[in-house]
Amino acid sequence: MTDVTIAGVGMHPFGRFEGVSATDMGVVAVRRALDEAGVGRGGFQAAFCATAYGGVASGHKVLGALGMTGTPIVDVEAGCASGAAALMLGASAIEAGQYDTVVVFGVEKMPKGIIRSSFFEPWQEEAGFAATPAYFALRAQRLMAGSGVTKEHLAAVVVKNRANGVGNPDAMFRSPVDAAAVLGSRVVCEPLHLWMLCSPNEGAACVVLRGGGGAGTGGGAGAGAGGTVRVAAAVLRSHLPGAVLSESTPMSGLVDDTIPSPSTLAADAAYEAAGIGPRDLDVVECQDTDAARELLAYEELRLCPPGGAARLLERGDSAPGGALPVNPSGGLLAKGEPLGASALGQVVELVHQLRGRAGERQVDGARVGLAHTVGRGANAGVVVLVR
Amino acid sequence: MSRERTVSAPATTPDGAPGTVPVAPGLFTEGEAPHLVGARCAVCGSHLFPAKPQCPYCSSDDVRETALSSRGVLWAWTAVTAPPPGYRGDVPYGFGVVELPEGIRVLARLTVADPAALEAGQPMDLRIVPLHTDDEGRTVTTFAFAPAP
Repeated sequence: MTDVTIAGVGMHPFGRFEGVSATDMGVVAVRRALDEAGVGRGGFQAAFCATAYGGVASGHKVLGALGMTGTPIVDVEAGCASGAAALMLGASAIEAGQYDTVVVFGVEKMPKGIIRSSFFEPWQEEAGFAATPAYFALRAQRLMAGSGVTKEHLAAVVVKNRANGVGNPDAMFRSPVDAAAVLGSRVVCEPLHLWMLCSPNEGAACVVLRGGGGAGTGGGAGAGAGGTVRVAAAVLRSHLPGAVLSESTPMSGLVDDTIPSPSTLAADAAYEAAGIGPRDLDVVECQDTDAARELLAYEELRLCPPGGAARLLERGDSAPGGALPVNPSGGLLAKGEPLGASALGQVVELVHQLRGRAGERQVDGARVGLAHTVGRGANAGVVVLVR
Repeated sequence: MSRERTVSAPATTPDGAPGTVPVAPGLFTEGEAPHLVGARCAVCGSHLFPAKPQCPYCSSDDVRETALSSRGVLWAWTAVTAPPPGYRGDVPYGFGVVELPEGIRVLARLTVADPAALEAGQPMDLRIVPLHTDDEGRTVTTFAFAPAP
């Protein structure tokens, strides 16, 4: 358990915003979070900006636009977990006594369609190995082969998250879908249909961190409303070698199914740091890049025993009103995935949930929340917040 | 280029035949009995593909190039239906993971682009197949696995 508290949060909605730059979106999110924290110019000592595609000095552009430079500003890239990495750095620096108040934000403006990544070698692109959804599909197929997950389960995840997104003003897709429509959308890579895949998009999110239990003392209108939210753990892990379908995307791996995933490494470390276990969680936001990814996360985060994801879903545990609602924000399937902003968007949602101000998405009595991101690198982030 | 091309017979492009070029050097050999060029770590015994100067499992530098088995079994598969970034071949194309007797799983294109036509554990053989024609008119080749006859 750290001494770091959330002093304020802010979002620029996730979606498509023609003519609005990543900097413009960052300004909106940072201003909202600073206002809520009651922090102005000179009120923070460092900033960490998460972005995967923003380019050089993305953080400086945002804080420069606000006349708030002068402090260290560090851009952080950790793929889909960039925001979790930035949060880890900010919280660790406060824990170490280096700073009192840190601004952590993420910005992204992504092109449509399959994301082009500098990760792959030119020959891999030329030969068709840069087909990101194909890796998701292979992972989905292995999950289905080993656990009784069917395409109907995959569709049910999409139906759940899109229904949750209806209540989220910051989501890109706010219309519900039914299973027949999901299964009727075109196959991108068997077994994944188009609507089972999230959309890379645009957005920004910001979290103001403060040391020593000082949240809510800054005088901002919303700060601390509903109770102080503490960062119980902010953990980043990379992959261990050997898993061919790991998010590290190697060309080969070992015949060994016992290698823990980066998500499990991060989750176990986060549970230990927070002094809690998965049974203590009230709400989870997890990486649903595709529908199978959410079910895999149930296992990797130890929300269910190995092979138990389908049953957890069938019982309605992860649905609104269930034992452990997952992705009440609508997840990436409803919000879309602006890489640098997505992990912090999850944290913003959890703060709303823990403060009891999530509106129609509210998980009753939520006190402990977990945010999980994982992607290329591999990078896996797990953040645990406690009210 | 026809869609049937990658599904049909092996493209046994003779070594050094004018007008063909591998998609990258050092990945595979061509000819009658092609194989992937992998490596074995002399310290931990792990195999890897492609060959690298260091072992990604134990950090050793004592890694020696070796020919990998050309027959394996299918472990995971799908088909890619839309061209990914930078891709210069046809769609759809098969894509999957084949387990080799050396104890490794290798990502590879598959010559079968219909997932329903494949099954877990079926024997698969290495093929060198044409990928596309480059700007100089040469046939660019790559490696793929095909169901064993």
